[in-house]
Amino acid sequence: MRKVRAAAAPYLLALPAWIWFAIFFVVPIAAMASVSLTTGNLLEGFQQTFSFSNYAKAVGQYHTQLIRSLIYGGIATLIMLVLAYPMAYWIAFKGGRRKSMYLFLLLLPFFVSFVLRTISWGFLLADDGILFGPLKSAGLLPGDFHVLATDVAVIGGLVYNFLPFMVLPIYVALERVDPRVVEAAYDLYASRWAAFRKVVLPLSLPGVFAGVLMTFVPATADPVNARILGGTGNTMIGNIIQTEYLTNNDYPTASALSFTLMAVLLVGIFVYARSLGTENVLEAAAR
Amino acid sequence: MRGRLGDRLLHVYTWLIIAWLTAPIAVMILFGFNDKQSKSNTSWQGFTLRWYGELFADGSLTGALVNSLEIAVISTVLTTVIGTLLGLALGRYRFRGKGMSNFLVFAAISTPELVMGASLLSLFVSGNTPRGLLTITIAHVLFSLSFVVVTVRARVVGLDPSLEEAARDLGAGTWTTFRLVTLPAIMPAVFAGALLAFALSIDDYVVTSFVNGSTLTFPLWIIGSVKVGIPPQVNVMGTLIFGIGVAIAIGNAIASRRRT
Repeated sequence: MRKVRAAAAPYLLALPAWIWFAIFFVVPIAAMASVSLTTGNLLEGFQQTFSFSNYAKAVGQYHTQLIRSLIYGGIATLIMLVLAYPMAYWIAFKGGRRKSMYLFLLLLPFFVSFVLRTISWGFLLADDGILFGPLKSAGLLPGDFHVLATDVAVIGGLVYNFLPFMVLPIYVALERVDPRVVEAAYDLYASRWAAFRKVVLPLSLPGVFAGVLMTFVPATADPVNARILGGTGNTMIGNIIQTEYLTNNDYPTASALSFTLMAVLLVGIFVYARSLGTENVLEAAAR
Repeated sequence: MRGRLGDRLLHVYTWLIIAWLTAPIAVMILFGFNDKQSKSNTSWQGFTLRWYGELFADGSLTGALVNSLEIAVISTVLTTVIGTLLGLALGRYRFRGKGMSNFLVFAAISTPELVMGASLLSLFVSGNTPRGLLTITIAHVLFSLSFVVVTVRARVVGLDPSLEEAARDLGAGTWTTFRLVTLPAIMPAVFAGALLAFALSIDDYVVTSFVNGSTLTFPLWIIGSVKVGIPPQVNVMGTLIFGIGVAIAIGNAIASRRRT
């Protein structure tokens, strides 16, 4: 009797989460797949026609925004990598007893709502705001100078909002590098640069991979920064999907578009994760 | 010598990044004290405590904040229970479906929020489910679940199995062992997972924007009023949430330092 109960234990423990994932994650993705293959409209109803015309329509109509999102996401991720690595390096190797204080400061923005943080950037960058207003009245900037509603504002916002997700995994990977390994490189007459390039950098690559994963996906799919900091010329795919679903109620096109976005992103991720092993990525992501 | 200089530059650089990351927080706090006269709250017009006094003057904003808190509390409790159980199963046992569970956890973390929201809306539309507090709570449990599982699993994996064996050798039953040995040992991870779930829930905009129907949460209310101008009360509420969050985090850090 006891044995039977013990054997059932993992299934009983996993059951509630399985049910949740099944009903609210697997089934909805399937529902979205099925909706993306329907035709019709909200008033007359949607028929399951298994036609891929929605995909052709979605991609044909919105490829500009899709490509723009990938470019914004890609550039933002690259900038984050360049900004994050030196900081993560310094905290991991030179942070000493203050390491946790630096990490705490790094995470401080997360105590403010994402939307509110982005809006605060809007305040800062406003055409006559506290940054540019005085500069303009002092004649240091031309009167029509603006940053809001440009690529720079949106990409800057993405970098700002997701930077900690790049720093943390790189920091974790660097923190685990055994200092004796680096010393061994010096003992073998490696220069500082050679020791970094041949020892530290390769050991930190899992962190870099995890960081890229954790920033590229949310940055590419983010609708908030483009909405608050961008103009009509900076619309990203996230904004389009929201509008199609919530304003136009064009569920088939919106579903097709969501699927296309997910396919583009997930194919990339899983190729990425496979080459690393999912457990490693998750592990790096969890710490 | 060169190394020293490099280190000093990196030190300055780290602080510059931190300054950049915290600048908007300072702006948010500052503009909660702005004695603004015009509609927009983007230029400094003098110091006032008025908005702290009139914190709940806007009924719809207060309602949205209450909704957010309500959803965060309920979804955190649900997520923590469900996620801890799966975390225990994944960290402790080998069983059929373990690989699939790990995959689901990973897939749920890596699915863009946008797609998660869109797919949930597809489900609710197909099922004619009325959207509101219930559907938002369901969505919040879904996107925080994986984070709790991962946090708890890491702790369970690191647990010494001989502790539980010792408890059983001393005659404790399965439930007693769990309650007196396992649960206290994994509690820090459960607590960390719960905090994370709460933070994710109260902050969420993207997923919520798909499943909210006409119910507004704090982030949705804010983004909805960007065009007409954000009232300073939003800054005050943001400041208070920030202060409480920081206080809890520091308190938790001090408490855990004392324990070890």
